[in-house]
Amino acid sequence: MSENKLYTVSIYTENNIGLLNRISAIFQRRHINIESINSSVSEIENVSKWTIVVKLTEDQMKKIIGQIEKQVEVIKAYYHTEEETIYQESCLFKIKSDLLFEERQIQNIIKESNARIVTVNKAFFVLEKSGRRSEIELLHRELSAFGILQFTRSGRIAVTKTPMEISKMLETFQH
Amino acid sequence: METKTIRNNEQSTSKGIRISGSEAVVRSLIAEGVDVLYGYPGGAIMPVYDELFKFQNEIHHVLTRHEQGATHAAQGYARISGKVGVAMATSGPGATNLITGIADAQIDSTPMVCITGQVGSHLLGSDAFQETDIVGISTPVTKWNHQVTKASEIPEVIAKAFYIAKSGRPGPVLIDITKDAQFEEFDFKYEKCTGIRSYKPIPETNPTDLQAAADLINNAKKPLVVWGQGVILGEAEAEFKAVIEKAGLPSAWTILGASAIPSTHPLNVGMVGMHGNYAPNVLTNECDVLIAIGMRFDDRVTGNLATYAKQAKVIHFEIDPAEVDKNVKTDVAVLGNSKDTLAAILPLLKENLHTDWHQKFKDLYQVEFDKVIKNDLHPTKEGLSMGEVLKEINMQSKGKAAIVSDVGQHQMIACRYADFNVSKSNITSGGLGTMGFALPAAIGAKMGAPERDVVMIAGDGGYQMTIQELGTIFQTKVPVKIVVLNNNFLGMVRQWQQLFFDKRYASTEMENPDFVAIARGYHINAKSVSKREDLASAVKEMMETEGPYFLEVMVEKEDNVFPMIPTGASVSDVRLE
Ligand SMILES: Cc1ncc(C[n+]2csc(CCOP(=O)(O)OP(=O)(O)O)c2C)c(N)n1
Ligand SMILES: [Mg+2]
Repeated sequence: MSENKLYTVSIYTENNIGLLNRISAIFQRRHINIESINSSVSEIENVSKWTIVVKLTEDQMKKIIGQIEKQVEVIKAYYHTEEETIYQESCLFKIKSDLLFEERQIQNIIKESNARIVTVNKAFFVLEKSGRRSEIELLHRELSAFGILQFTRSGRIAVTKTPMEISKMLETFQH
Repeated sequence: METKTIRNNEQSTSKGIRISGSEAVVRSLIAEGVDVLYGYPGGAIMPVYDELFKFQNEIHHVLTRHEQGATHAAQGYARISGKVGVAMATSGPGATNLITGIADAQIDSTPMVCITGQVGSHLLGSDAFQETDIVGISTPVTKWNHQVTKASEIPEVIAKAFYIAKSGRPGPVLIDITKDAQFEEFDFKYEKCTGIRSYKPIPETNPTDLQAAADLINNAKKPLVVWGQGVILGEAEAEFKAVIEKAGLPSAWTILGASAIPSTHPLNVGMVGMHGNYAPNVLTNECDVLIAIGMRFDDRVTGNLATYAKQAKVIHFEIDPAEVDKNVKTDVAVLGNSKDTLAAILPLLKENLHTDWHQKFKDLYQVEFDKVIKNDLHPTKEGLSMGEVLKEINMQSKGKAAIVSDVGQHQMIACRYADFNVSKSNITSGGLGTMGFALPAAIGAKMGAPERDVVMIAGDGGYQMTIQELGTIFQTKVPVKIVVLNNNFLGMVRQWQQLFFDKRYASTEMENPDFVAIARGYHINAKSVSKREDLASAVKEMMETEGPYFLEVMVEKEDNVFPMIPTGASVSDVRLE
């Protein structure tokens, strides 16, 4: 059997409330944990795009893609390896404002990590950082030492290096 | 009725006619060609029932005695007619009672549309009386489902439902309609659905795959076909027959594939799987090319996958791309509708006979006959065997009856020994193995094919799971033949207890009621036989009776079904005793 790997699943769908249930059930039945999930509009009008990160074997991945694609409201599903995608995550830190002025080190960390200050007020400031998981984790470690009031990280978003044939597919559909 | 039509005509505009959502439901069903539906009323679906009352000359609603019965009846109707079966229920408990039948239809690819009433949309999510999230509950067991909260959505959603249920690989669809949407008026116009952009029911066939499959078949020395329901669902019986006859392919069937070609066809080598025939099971592990057609390599068919047909090249004709390589790795997958792909491969095939290879099937049949079949059909014991009942039914129905079986030993015996000479003759719950399926499914089957003899065969256990449908039979007078093979046991479970649990018969022995009295209580002609000399005349009486008929046959209590592939064993380790 092949080994477990991280795959980025991109699913193009019609906008439908119930679909999330259907898709997550496909993973759940096989006891596969969803590492992250993101839903947004896509490059095509009225088509949603979901980006799901899962860890499994390629064999499992192929079977699951088949079962996802067979859902009536799924237009097309793809899976890609880490090497085949450009991907990012984003995160927010909420930190006491005092620290910004009292701890020189914090300013250095912010500069070096390419993080961005979103807002500052008397009580707290909010820091935003986008990047690979490892970069976000590093920043989290560094800031933890000073105390983080709140932290949140988004699901992965990704685009592929090669083109997706989805638009062409939709063009051929006559309604 | 009359006045209603006139009023509607008066109000009709270019946009359509102004009617309520509930009337739209009924008119949409009629527009889809639905002549009969099965269901049970209740608060949240009452407006639709009110319209069904008004339209009763155009569409016949059958009141079953339980919503599960409505789904199985719809399934029986769909399985025998190839049309979409329709079931209807109220919200809450009515809707949840549909779930077993929906799950059954999903796994057995049966086209079915279920319509449920729902509480008013302002109450959704509030734990209102009889509110249940039926869309959420049914999601994993439906091909598609949808909740309607506005009347104007009704025609489009129903059109979509029928299209999805029937096209591609068929399956069940559920539509949940809130009560306010049923009352709301709108301009009704019906258009059939012909396509959905995100849904491709039939995948394209690649000509290279067809040629590769043909090459493998043409060069095979020991080819074996295993066909499934895909041949029947694709209405590809004639194309299938032409292919196997031209290439001389021994062909075995899964339970749901049964009857696509007659039992007596010389290339029909019997059933595969757990209680299938000896020859095709053993020779699965000897063939050089395994040609799977419209089947899905269920574990009851394959036994242990690690030792399944490892020596063979595998060709898979399949409409559902998700089935390819799911359980068994294929060498060539031919995607598409079986009717088209089989027609397309026919000219590419060479004529062949494979005489020596066929002889192997005959030799192994003889082994099975001596060890199993002889005793099943011509028992020397005093007690009646299930097999001899089937033999008698075959004789008296001239092998033309549609057999609707329940789940258990009697089901396996029915599938093994019934003569299937007409397609769509084996109506049984294959994938889900739902006890209680048969009696309501037989009602639907008889209504879906009134010209056919429909013989239901159930065990004493499963029969009691939906026995209340005798009320439906009594009320509708639908002339189904009801046979209960009574061994006073949950026989199939008892068999496993005997073989694998040292005969500890935990909760499998049953004290049964007077089944004849129960049938007569519903004014159904009934008889019970326990002696061999009474069997033939009883079956004759049953077949010759005009209306419904109940026949109980007391059979040997502790007979076992063989051959058997124990769970986890290889198909070639099929046991004969
Ligand atoms: C709804 C349901 N519950 C339980 C089972 C498990 N089961 C399979 S066969 C069987 C025994 C069936 O007994 P009976 O109907 O008398 O048929 P027999 O095997 O005796 O012919 C049982 C309990 C099932 N298949 N379906
Ligand atoms: Mg029994």
